[in-house]
Amino acid sequence: MSGHSTYEPKSNVSKWFDERLPVVRLMHDSFVAFPTPRNLNYLWTFGGILVFCLVAQLVTGIILAMHYVPNDQMAFNSVQHIKRDVNYGWLIQPMHAVGASMFFLAVYIHIFRGLYYGSYKAPREVLWILGVFILLAMMATGFLGYTLPWGQMSFWGATVITNLFSSLDGVIPGLGTAIVTWLWGGFSVGNATLNRFFSLHYLLPFVIFGLVILHVWALHVAGQNNPTGLEIKQPADAVPMYPYAVTKDVFGMFVFLIPFAYFVFFMPDWLGHADNYTPADPLVTPPHIVPEWYFLPFYAILRAIPSKLGGVIAMVSAIVILVFVPWLDTSRVRSCKYRPIFKWCFWAFAFTCLALGYLGAMPAEEPYITWARIFTFLYFAFFLLAMPIVGILETPSKLPRSIMESVLGKPGSTGGHMPAGASAAPEKR
Amino acid sequence: MSADVEDTHKRDFLVLAGNTFAAIGGASLLWPFVQQMNPDASALALASIEVDLTPVKPGQAITVMWRGKPVFIRNRNADEIKQAQAVDVKALVDTSARNDALPDATPALDEDRVKKGKENWLVLVGVCTHLGCIPKGQSIADSRGDFGGWFCPCHGSHYDTSGRIRKGPAPRNLEVPVYSFVSDTKIKIG
Ligand code: HEM
Ligand code: FES
Repeated sequence: MSGHSTYEPKSNVSKWFDERLPVVRLMHDSFVAFPTPRNLNYLWTFGGILVFCLVAQLVTGIILAMHYVPNDQMAFNSVQHIKRDVNYGWLIQPMHAVGASMFFLAVYIHIFRGLYYGSYKAPREVLWILGVFILLAMMATGFLGYTLPWGQMSFWGATVITNLFSSLDGVIPGLGTAIVTWLWGGFSVGNATLNRFFSLHYLLPFVIFGLVILHVWALHVAGQNNPTGLEIKQPADAVPMYPYAVTKDVFGMFVFLIPFAYFVFFMPDWLGHADNYTPADPLVTPPHIVPEWYFLPFYAILRAIPSKLGGVIAMVSAIVILVFVPWLDTSRVRSCKYRPIFKWCFWAFAFTCLALGYLGAMPAEEPYITWARIFTFLYFAFFLLAMPIVGILETPSKLPRSIMESVLGKPGSTGGHMPAGASAAPEKR
Repeated sequence: MSADVEDTHKRDFLVLAGNTFAAIGGASLLWPFVQQMNPDASALALASIEVDLTPVKPGQAITVMWRGKPVFIRNRNADEIKQAQAVDVKALVDTSARNDALPDATPALDEDRVKKGKENWLVLVGVCTHLGCIPKGQSIADSRGDFGGWFCPCHGSHYDTSGRIRKGPAPRNLEVPVYSFVSDTKIKIG
C-alpha cells in the first residue's frame, strides 16, 4: 500500500478493469510483491493463522446460527440438537467451539511474539494498539458466545461478568446497578439477556474484521518487524511475500491445524467445562465458577484484589496497559535478542501469565489468594517497572548492521561480496 | 452589502445552527435505541408473591423465586439470633441495614433487618453482592462460612446469621426485600 506499484495487468480485460477499480493491483502490491524481511521465523506465521481463525469462526458461526435458537427454554437443547441431529453438526459445532480456543492460543502467541521482538515500538504503535482493540473485541465475542449454549457455566459466567459493572456503584451509587439492569434487560440474567447476547455475538466478529483490515493496513505502511528488530534497509534484506512468506505461512497453518483437528475429532468437548453440559439453573450456582482457559489469568487478577471495585479496575488495567507499552518501554533496541536483561524479564512475564492462569482455575482460598497477589504484582511490575527501568539501565548487545548480515554474516548486496543469486530472490526487484 | 465582501458571520451562524440541530436530533434518536435495552413492560409487571411459612421449622430455610431472583427465607434458631444481635455495627464492612423498606442510613442492626416480633424470620435476596452468585447455606449440608450465615464460593464471601457481609470481596450486606406478614405464617414479598 506504500511504495510504488509493480502490478502489470496482463490481458486487455484486466487492464480495462484496473483503470476503473485497481483492486487487483492493491491485492498484488499488498500480498504478492510486498517485501517481507527474509529472516522471519515461524512466529511470524501467526498473523496469517489468525486471519484463518477469524474466517473459520465466521463461516462455522453463520452455519450454527441457522440451527441455534436464542431462547432460554430452547437454547440448551438446540445446541444438543445441532451436535446430534443436524447433518455434520457434530463436525461444525466443535469446529466453532474448539476454534475459539485455538483463536485465543494463536493471538496470545502473536502478542508474545510482538512483546519479545519489540514489534510495538515506533513506527508500529498504531498497529499495536489496533491489535489491543482486536484482543478486546475478541474477548467480548468469546464471552458472549460462551453464554449461548445456556449451560450452568454460561449462565453463571454471564452473571458474574455482567455484575462487574455493578462495582461502579462504588463510584456513583446506583450507576452500576442501572447499567447491569440495562445490560440484562431484566433483574437477572434471563431470556432478554440471551437474545441480545446472540445478536451481539453475531455482530462483533464483523467489527473485528474491520479492525483487522486497519491492522493489516497499518502493518503495510510500517512494514513487518523481524527477529533482529532492524528495518529493511536494502533490497537484499527482503523477499517478496509470494511465494516466500506465503509458503511459510501455509506450512505453519497446517501444523497449527493438527492439534486443532485433533481436538475437533477426538476430544470435541474437552476444552469445555463439565458444568456447561447441565442446563442453566438460576437457583443453583455451581460450586466453583471458572471462565474459559483464555480468561483465567485475568480472572485470577480480579480475585486477587480484596475489594470489588479494585478487582475490576485491576483486571481491566491488565489489558488496557498493553495500549501504553510503546511508551513504557524506554529501550532504543527492539528485539530481545539483543537485550540481555530484558529478555529474562520477558520470560519471567510469560511465566507470570501461566502462573496466573493456573491460579485463576483454583478455588478462591489460601494459599492461592496469596500467590495470585504476588503474581498480580509481578504482572504489573513487568510493564511499570521492568519496561521503563531496564530500558534505561541495560546495555544492549551488538546489533548486526542489517538483516542480511544477521542471516549471512555479511553486510548485503550493496557493496557485499557474495554472488548476486545468493543474496537476492531470483525475481527481479 | 457588496457581493465580493463575504458576510462570514452569517455562515458561522448557519454552521452552528446546523450542528446544534444535528446533535440534538442525533441524541434524541439515540435515546430509544438505548432505552429499548432496559427491562420491558412484561419484566416490570412481575407481581408480588405470597409464601406460606408453616413448613419451615426452626433452623431450616427455603428458597423462593421472585423477579427471577432467589429469595432466602430462614427460620433462625435462638443461637443464630443471639449471634446476630451481639455484633457491633461499627465493626461491620457495610453499616447500612440494606432493608428496602427503610432508608439507606439505617444502621445494620439485626433488628432493622427483620420484622419486630418475628425476629426468627430472616428474608433476603439470595444474590451475593459481589458478582451475583447464589451463596451456599440454605441446605443443611452446605458450608455456611466463618460466620454461620452464608458462604459464597465464587470468590469467598462470608455472611453472618443476619446476612451481613463479614469477610471477602462482597461490598454490601444481602438485601432485605420489601415484604410484609399477611398472616402469622404467611408473607407477601414485593
Ligand atoms: C483477530 C486477531 C488478529 C489478526 C487476524 C491479526 C493479523 C495480523 C497479521 C496478518 C499480521 C501480519 C503477519 C505477522 O506479522 O504475523 C499481524 C501483525 C501484527 N499484529 Fe496482529 N492480528 C490480530 C491480533 C493482534 C493483537 C491482539 C495484537 C497485539 C496486542 C497484534 C499485534 C500485531 C503486531 C504488533 C504486528 C506486527 C508484527 C510484526 O510485523 O512484527 N495483533 N497481525
Ligand atoms: S459472587 Fe459471591 S463472592 Fe463473588
